[in-house]
Amino acid sequence: MSEQHQNNSILVKRLLLTVAGMFAFGFALVPLYDVFCEVTGFNGRTSNEAATYEMVEIDESRTIRVQFLTRNAKGIPWKFESSVKEVRIHPGETKVVNFLAANPTQSDMVAQAIPSVAPAEASLYLNKVECFCFNQQPLTAGANTKMPMQFYVDPDIPDHITTFTLSYTLYDVTAQSSQSFKDEQKETE
Amino acid sequence: MSTAVDATHHDAHHDHKPSGIGRWLFTTNHKDIGTLYLWFSLIMFFVGGAMAMVIRAELFQPGLQLVEPHFFNQMTTVHGLVMIFGAVMPAFVGLANWMIPMMIGAPDMALPRMNNWSFWILPFAFCILLGSLFSAGGGPAFGWTAYAPLSTQYGGDSTAYFVFSVHIMGISSIMGAINVIVTVLNMRAPGMTLMKMPMFVWTWLITAFLLIAVMPVLAGAVTMLLTDTYFGTSFFDAAGGGDPVMYQHIFWFFGHPEVYIMILPSFGIVSAIIPAFARKKLFGYSSMVYATAAIALLSFLVWAHHMFTTGMPVFAELFFMYCTMIIAVPTGVKIFNWVATMWRGSLTFETPMLFALAFVILFTIGGFSGLMLAITPADFQYHDTYFVVAHFHYVLVTGAVFSIMAAAYYWLPKWSGYMYDTTLSKVHFWLSVISVNILFFPMHFAGLAGMPRRIPDYATQFADVNQITSIGGFAFGLSQLVFLWVVIKCAQKKGEKADSKPWEGAEGFEWSVPSPAPYHTFEKPPKVE
Amino acid sequence: MKMKPLWTLLVMLSLPASAESQLNLTKGVTEVSNRVYDLHMTIFYICCVIGVVVFGLMFISMIRHRKSKNPKPANFHENVKVEIAWTIIPLLILVGMAIPATTTLIAMEDTSDADVTIQVTGSQWKWHYKYFENDVEFFSRLATQQEQINNKFDKSENYLLEVDRPLVIPTGQKVRFLVTSDDVIHSWWVPDFAIKKDANPGFINETWTKVDEPGVYRGQCAELCGKDHGFMPVVVIAKEPAEYEKWITEIEAEQEAARQREQELLSMEMSKDELMDLGEKVYNSTCAACHQPNGQGVNGVFPALAGSGVAVDPDGTSKHIDIVVNGVSGTAMQAFGEQLSMQELAAVITYERNAWGNDTGDLIQAADINEVMNQ
Repeated sequence: MSEQHQNNSILVKRLLLTVAGMFAFGFALVPLYDVFCEVTGFNGRTSNEAATYEMVEIDESRTIRVQFLTRNAKGIPWKFESSVKEVRIHPGETKVVNFLAANPTQSDMVAQAIPSVAPAEASLYLNKVECFCFNQQPLTAGANTKMPMQFYVDPDIPDHITTFTLSYTLYDVTAQSSQSFKDEQKETE
Repeated sequence: MSTAVDATHHDAHHDHKPSGIGRWLFTTNHKDIGTLYLWFSLIMFFVGGAMAMVIRAELFQPGLQLVEPHFFNQMTTVHGLVMIFGAVMPAFVGLANWMIPMMIGAPDMALPRMNNWSFWILPFAFCILLGSLFSAGGGPAFGWTAYAPLSTQYGGDSTAYFVFSVHIMGISSIMGAINVIVTVLNMRAPGMTLMKMPMFVWTWLITAFLLIAVMPVLAGAVTMLLTDTYFGTSFFDAAGGGDPVMYQHIFWFFGHPEVYIMILPSFGIVSAIIPAFARKKLFGYSSMVYATAAIALLSFLVWAHHMFTTGMPVFAELFFMYCTMIIAVPTGVKIFNWVATMWRGSLTFETPMLFALAFVILFTIGGFSGLMLAITPADFQYHDTYFVVAHFHYVLVTGAVFSIMAAAYYWLPKWSGYMYDTTLSKVHFWLSVISVNILFFPMHFAGLAGMPRRIPDYATQFADVNQITSIGGFAFGLSQLVFLWVVIKCAQKKGEKADSKPWEGAEGFEWSVPSPAPYHTFEKPPKVE
Repeated sequence: MKMKPLWTLLVMLSLPASAESQLNLTKGVTEVSNRVYDLHMTIFYICCVIGVVVFGLMFISMIRHRKSKNPKPANFHENVKVEIAWTIIPLLILVGMAIPATTTLIAMEDTSDADVTIQVTGSQWKWHYKYFENDVEFFSRLATQQEQINNKFDKSENYLLEVDRPLVIPTGQKVRFLVTSDDVIHSWWVPDFAIKKDANPGFINETWTKVDEPGVYRGQCAELCGKDHGFMPVVVIAKEPAEYEKWITEIEAEQEAARQREQELLSMEMSKDELMDLGEKVYNSTCAACHQPNGQGVNGVFPALAGSGVAVDPDGTSKHIDIVVNGVSGTAMQAFGEQLSMQELAAVITYERNAWGNDTGDLIQAADINEVMNQ
């Protein structure tokens, strides 16, 4: 009987370890999902890091239509739009597009732009050399700014993608912001 | 056989059952705990059923009549949670508690004290969940799937109640599953090899492994909901770099195996009942075991078929479509095996057999609609309509619930020692099988015609179908009162005393002990041939 | 078997009332929707054939192999050949189903070379459409009266499937939809196009259609999105390209004129009665769904406005305007700045500050709103 108990407790320990492992696995799915999306372009999010523009051959035989969408999430009254609605670009060519933002409120705010690409597959071939979405964007009360976004399309982009849309959704992150200037503001008040 | 009965009969006089409420609160006896689970599940079945009645009453005709849309959403959400975690899963755990030790010739479950705990935390989980309905703002109203950000940003405090109750239910299920695995792997009677185990034990063993693999993942997912809601994380909030669709991936990674957790034990029950009333051995025992294992393994590769409309790349849609379709093969093998078991048998149609046969036919219908839903292009039309509602009620009500009723009618004489009212039980069967089809079959039409699920009011063209459905719903709900009556009568020991083996063709160790099964059985392991 | 007569009876009883009740999937009006319909019928028939065979064998067994007819059961219980056969044959049937499914799916997901691009945004509980190539955008809300829903009036023909401003698309052209959401997940569904795409906040999804027949096509939100999930229909009108061009030019001019008119009206003061009248109308159509017609809200979910909070705070005017115009993130309170005109905003805020015994006496004018929105 005691042998039985011993066997039982070994098995119970193993099973409990499995349970703990699976609980951890649930959380591990979060970074795994991000990696998976980055590799496959699964959810159409672009990279958060600046790409370096390597000298690539410009494929003049093809033109890609890139459309820009700007949206405000709930609770952020900024004016936010791209200077152009769309550009036509050869794969391999770099382009700068300006985005205009204005904070019409009477308080300083910080915003974060979240990019998304449709079709999601195109996000794999969109390389941003410079983007305002890499960082949170502070804007003092009443101020406005011009935010440049420089990008190029990888010449490896498959032939069936002739148009893609890059959308930015602007969120108010003043409350959570790390580079908050709230403190400075308090002092001046 | 007769000597065995005498020997155990002698034991029965020394049952030493503690008396009073303490017996039930502190019990570590697998039969007592099984009984507790089964009664709990029956109560929850009626609680969830009452919510379904509210839903069907509101949907009886177009327009808002009885409840507000917000309360309607609470009803659909809590109905789902109560039926899944309160009715179906505890019923299976109850059956496992009662039957597995007796089927493998073990004196009790391996971990009796944990067994007590795993039951007694359940009522608390459901107090939290049901209590939330009476709190300010009401209970969870975001669907049992709790998709973010509806649950994280718009759920109010109901999200917290939801998360805590799901955590407790999860802990209970995990403890139950560990207990089953240890019991089955370590406590079998000498000579009972794995491939000699009854199918019910096999299916439960595989179910238990599924449970410990996915319940922790659910716990993780709802924990993330909780921290997103209250602690400023943004797992599922795009503003902080998260992705709401990721919640659905994690949830369905749990959710699809969960579906099989609720059907594999049914396969085991039906594989016990059909041979018993066909008086013929189960056809293709080993292929049944392999098919069950195959279904369990495949269940980890198909989760995203619940999410085809979320916008996935084509390669992913194709992968999940193919994997889902392949599940039809092992499921088909099981159904063919049952038909082959019946073939040239010597069939009688007692109540358990009636429910088992209805299970095979109606579950297969649910399987067909499942196959249709697997086809991605068609799923774009079916998804989130009443077609889906019809599908999962065919597999869960006429599937899981019918198998539980079959099991109850099959083993009730063993549990209580008395034969239930067979005429009344057949009345219950016919009322149920007719009304359940009036209830769920028209839902296919409503869905195909374009009625979305989870809506409190609908366009007038869906009025007739919904009216029929509601009538079927009320009839099915009332029919279950007959079941309650049969069970209570039997539990009060009214009726004929049952033999140790009331069914001519039944096989297994549970029939070698007297009815009712003594408090302690197989303290000396039986001999396996 | 017993169930058959009853079943037929029930269906018969309900038939006269529902001659036009549709029981099957729609064929729809696009090439894709027709392919989906064919696929649906093919799988359905395959399932029917399998069903007839399997259930047929079961019923034969139930009749011929009952104990009274066959008292001695056979004792076979294994046959490897049969087992292999019923593994392989279903597999082949599945491959047969997978081939058309795959080709249809690939055709459905080809969004390239669209003629018109429209941004579709879901929010609690309405749709917003923005034409990418033109300067046109508008909200599309349920048009069914509340009285019909509450059974006070008779239900109209398109009960719950009618909107104030339908989406208009050209026929014969490829229209690409970019689907997204402002708050929770919604799902944009038009059965006649075989399109159902989730609207995920912060992400854009795309889908497309090419409609050949002009007509009015109706659908609904298909993903549970909160209280009024059942009340956010989709209505799409497909027009001949020439008519479409005419429509879009008109609407573009109309929207431009409206913007100008609004600027002109800024200087105009409205009287309290005017503000309260307009405010009540706007409140009942826009705010009452959550805050309730009596301003009491829903305990724990939607805050009360009557007698409490910012609506009665004497110094709360600018806060009140900010909340209504910009919404409150993380709650169900939306930003109405884009949805209502400045007059309407001014009126509804005035109404909220003076109705239900709030009686703050504050009058808000369009110019006050303009100050918050544009400095």
